[in-house]
This record gives sequence, C-alpha cells and structure tokens, in this order.
Amino acid sequence: MPNGAQNLPSVGGRRMGLNASLGLLNVGPVLILVLLVAVSAMSTSAFLRPVNLANIFAQTAVIATVAIGQQFVILTRGIDLSVGSNLALATVIGGLVYKSWDSSVLVILAMLASGALVGLANGAGYVFGRLPHPFIMTLATLSVCRGLALELSVGHTTMRGMPSGVQFLGDSGLFGLDNGVFIVVAVAALAAMVARRMVWGRWIYAVGGDPQAARRMGIPVNGVLISTYVLSGLCAGIGAVLLSGRTGASSPLYGDLLELDTIAAVIIGGASFLGGRGHVGHALVGALMIGVIRNALNLNNVDVYFQMIAIGLIIVLAVEADVLRGRLERQARTMQAAQS
Amino acid sequence: MSAPQTAPVLVVRGVHKHFGAIHALKGVDLVARRGEVLALLGDNGAGKSTLIKCVSGLYAPDSGEILLDGEAAALSSPAAARRAGIETVYQDLALFDNLTPAQNFYCGREVAVPAWLPAPLRFLRRRTMDREAASVVERLKVSLPSLDAPVALMSGGQRQAIAVARASVFARKLVILDEPTAALGLRESRKVLDLIERLRADGNAIILITHNMEHVIALADMAVVLRQGRKVGELKPSAASQREMVSLIVGAEH
Repeated sequence: MPNGAQNLPSVGGRRMGLNASLGLLNVGPVLILVLLVAVSAMSTSAFLRPVNLANIFAQTAVIATVAIGQQFVILTRGIDLSVGSNLALATVIGGLVYKSWDSSVLVILAMLASGALVGLANGAGYVFGRLPHPFIMTLATLSVCRGLALELSVGHTTMRGMPSGVQFLGDSGLFGLDNGVFIVVAVAALAAMVARRMVWGRWIYAVGGDPQAARRMGIPVNGVLISTYVLSGLCAGIGAVLLSGRTGASSPLYGDLLELDTIAAVIIGGASFLGGRGHVGHALVGALMIGVIRNALNLNNVDVYFQMIAIGLIIVLAVEADVLRGRLERQARTMQAAQS
Repeated sequence: MSAPQTAPVLVVRGVHKHFGAIHALKGVDLVARRGEVLALLGDNGAGKSTLIKCVSGLYAPDSGEILLDGEAAALSSPAAARRAGIETVYQDLALFDNLTPAQNFYCGREVAVPAWLPAPLRFLRRRTMDREAASVVERLKVSLPSLDAPVALMSGGQRQAIAVARASVFARKLVILDEPTAALGLRESRKVLDLIERLRADGNAIILITHNMEHVIALADMAVVLRQGRKVGELKPSAASQREMVSLIVGAEH
C-alpha cells in the first residue's frame, strides 16, 4: 500500500508526459506549417500579400487534389506512383476530345474517366496479378501512361485550347481565389465524408490497419484495395481538369514528379507511411507546406534546387516522427499492463 | 451438468482435412453445448487449429459434416461463419490497432443506413455503435483506459478483453477462443477467465484451446484431446483426471 502510494504520482506524471508527447506529434505538422508561414512572412513582405496567398493556393490546388487520392492508397499501405503520368494522359485525352467537340462536359468527363480507368487498371493489376507490392504495378502504369500521352499527342509538347467551362476554373473568383481552389475544397469535403462517415471509409482504415484481420472480419479486402486506386486515379483526373483549366492547354509533359510531391505531401502532413492512419487534413497540410516552401524560396530568389533539398529533409523528419510515435505507443501499452 | 443435457449447438462428425500429403484431421468428432466450456487439448500439430479453422470458416473440410443446431452449416468463409452465429477469438486477436474499441467491435458489420444502398456506401451510425459498445464493456466489466483511444495504446490483457468482448457482442451460438491467455500475466489471465465464465453464463457454447491445465480444470465442463489428427480422448476435467489428460496429450502409455 505505501509502495503503491509512492508510485502513483510518478506513473501518473509519466503517463501525462506520454500523452502530451503523442498529442504534440499529432499537431506537429500543423505547427510546422504555421512556423513556415511565419518565417516566410518575416523573410519578405511580399509573402502575405493577398495576391501572393491566392497564388500559393492556385499552385497548390493540383498537388492537394492528387494528394487526397494518394492518401487513400497510402492508408491501405500502398503507393501510387502513376498519378503524374496519369494526369498527363488525362489532359492529352481531354485535349483530343476538345479538338472534336468544344464541350466542357465532354472534356471534363473524358479526363475523369481516363484517370479513374488508369486507377482501375492499377488496382485490378495489383490485386488479381497477385503482385508483391503496388509499387511495381503503378511503376508500370507510370511508364505506360507517359508513353501513351506522348504517342497520342504526336510530338506536340503542348496542345493549346480548352473549353470555356474548363478555363473558368483558372479564372479568379470569390475572395480573389482561383475557382479551381473551391473544387479542391469540395473534393476534400467529399473525401472526408467517405473516410469518416461511410462504411467504405471504415473498411479502408481496417484494411490498412490489418489486412488479414480485415479478411477474417468479412471485409472484401480486394474490392477495398481496388477502390482506393480508382479514387487515386479519379483525383489525378480532377487534377488534370484543374491544371488544364489554369493553363488553358494540355500536355504529355504535365505532372512530372507529381507522384513524389503527393507522396511527400501525405507523409509530411502527418499520415503514417505504414498505413491505417491519416486523413484528408494531412494531405492538405502537407500540400500547403510544399506550396509555402516553394513560394517563399522563389520570392527570396533562392535556387530552385533548394526546394527539393528542404522537402527531402522534412520527409525524413516526418517519417522519424512516425517511428517515434510507434515507440511512445509501445511505452503507453506497457504502462497500461503495469497498472491494470 | 446434472440436469439433462442440452441439445448440442455444434456437432462435428467425421471431419477429414488434407494439406497435400499431410493428413491433418483424420475423422474428428466434436460436440459443443450451450452453457458449457469445451476444452480442446493437444500438443502442437495435433490438429486443434485446423479443426477450429474448419468451424470458423477459414478452411473447408475435405469430408465429414458440421451441424449447427442440428442443421448442416454453410461455413464457406469467416463472414458466413459469423453470420451463422459463430465467433472466433484468434490467437493473434485480429484487432485493428488503428481503430477504437467500438470501431473494432463493429468492424465488418457496421451499423449503417440507409439499407437500400450497397453496404460500403451506407453512412455509419457512430453514436449507436459507441453506445452499444460502451454498454457491452460495462456489462462484461472490462476496464479500459478510454473508449476513444486506438487499441494500439492498450495492454495485452485489455486487448484480449476487447477481442473477447467483440465476440460476445455478436455470438449467438458459439464462441471459439484460441489460447486466450497465452500471452498474458497472472492477473490479466484471471480477468479473461472471468470474462469467459460470464460468456458461459450468458448461455453461449464455448470452445477453449489452451495449454494451461489449471485453466482447463478451473473452467472446462468437458475436454477433448487430439493427437496426430485423431480424437484420442474425451473426459471431464478435474484434478483427479489431470494426469490422464496429460498422458493423452503426449501419447504416453501407462
């Protein structure tokens, strides 16, 4: 009894410390984003100008949208390397449709369908081909889509022209923000609804948490996996619409290294690379971090290569934070066992 | 036990299972009754897990029959077995570390609306599930640090209790527990055994796989011993029959 009384405060203190550390890790990415904004604002007065902020949102829109799709795949312990080429192919197909029909609806539907179909190919190829890891399947479609986009555009690096409804997304609208930015907000809201409110989303988290347990609990694991690649492809298609809207063109060269930007966004935003943890907010925060870093370095005339170095360093930090979280959780578990 | 025996919930009759050249089950029979704990004993490789996996829908037996309440049961998948009222607590628990206890309880059979939509597109009734889960936890006297925290943060005993409680939410006929105390300390084991007793009192039939003879004697109403894929004994566990159980398990003559 005296022994227990002595131990209680210290155990309680340690537990509070643990909980505080875990909580800090959870809000870490947001704190880093705030820090980045503060530093950028101090480095140049141009940063906080409304025009510049609107510019950051416009430039981040594509990464954010595609990262939201990537987030679903990473939740299931997967990865989608094809999103950049997928987006390029979608813009080219949209451009080809535009050549024959000046219809916004047709062009947009063509881009979305192209993106989703590539996603379906990724998911079906991975699951039914029994490939060891989605890395391989999506690496293959990365190559195939880029090649197909170049072939279909027959040597044109850019095809000018988009229907007015698509170009509208690149126009500036409410609060001086590009109309496309509001598409991102809508996509994020829908994605959050799927993830948090729907059975589908719960199954995605379950498959990411433990695929074998998911199978035993009667969840259609293969279908869930395929659906996440379709979502990712669809988001790449939406990204294609946004990019074509902003540039008024399509190009087989669009989306270069977009797979790295979106994976980086999800990871530095705070989702776990090991699957099962993360939400739309992580993808958005991560995309904004990348946008802010690029913008601030540009405004300060820093060499473009430093952006890549900075983002690389933050990725290492983010993954290290994920590892640390795992260790703290193990400590919390042993503490529970000791108490009960 | 002195009362007339209740009708069996589960009857396994003459089940065979091969894996290539290995004959894992050689015509095994088994009967489980409501309100009884049946201990399934045997050394490693005796066929306990294979038999259990046949009943919980993971394996299809090559021959023989499995009856639930006297009718042939279609246990083609774990989901089908669960629908038929058979719940399994796996040795590795099959919990989702990233989900809360309530989310774990309902994973794969969420309470969701509207019914006319395909299951994945339905909307979760999160409050209903949280409330139900809380009342189960309360009824089974499981003590958890929080119902909102992911299971990753909980101890081995708490996780085991969550897995058993999950089984109890949905079990209508049979609960199978595969070595539920193997990874636990003394106090945590005791709590899980209490939980099993409560499941039995609720009228469930229970199949318990364990290597711990003390637990068998304390808890089981009947014990079945497997060796090399065959049933080699069926007896009432007691302190007096412990030697006999052990020699049946290891196959020693005496």
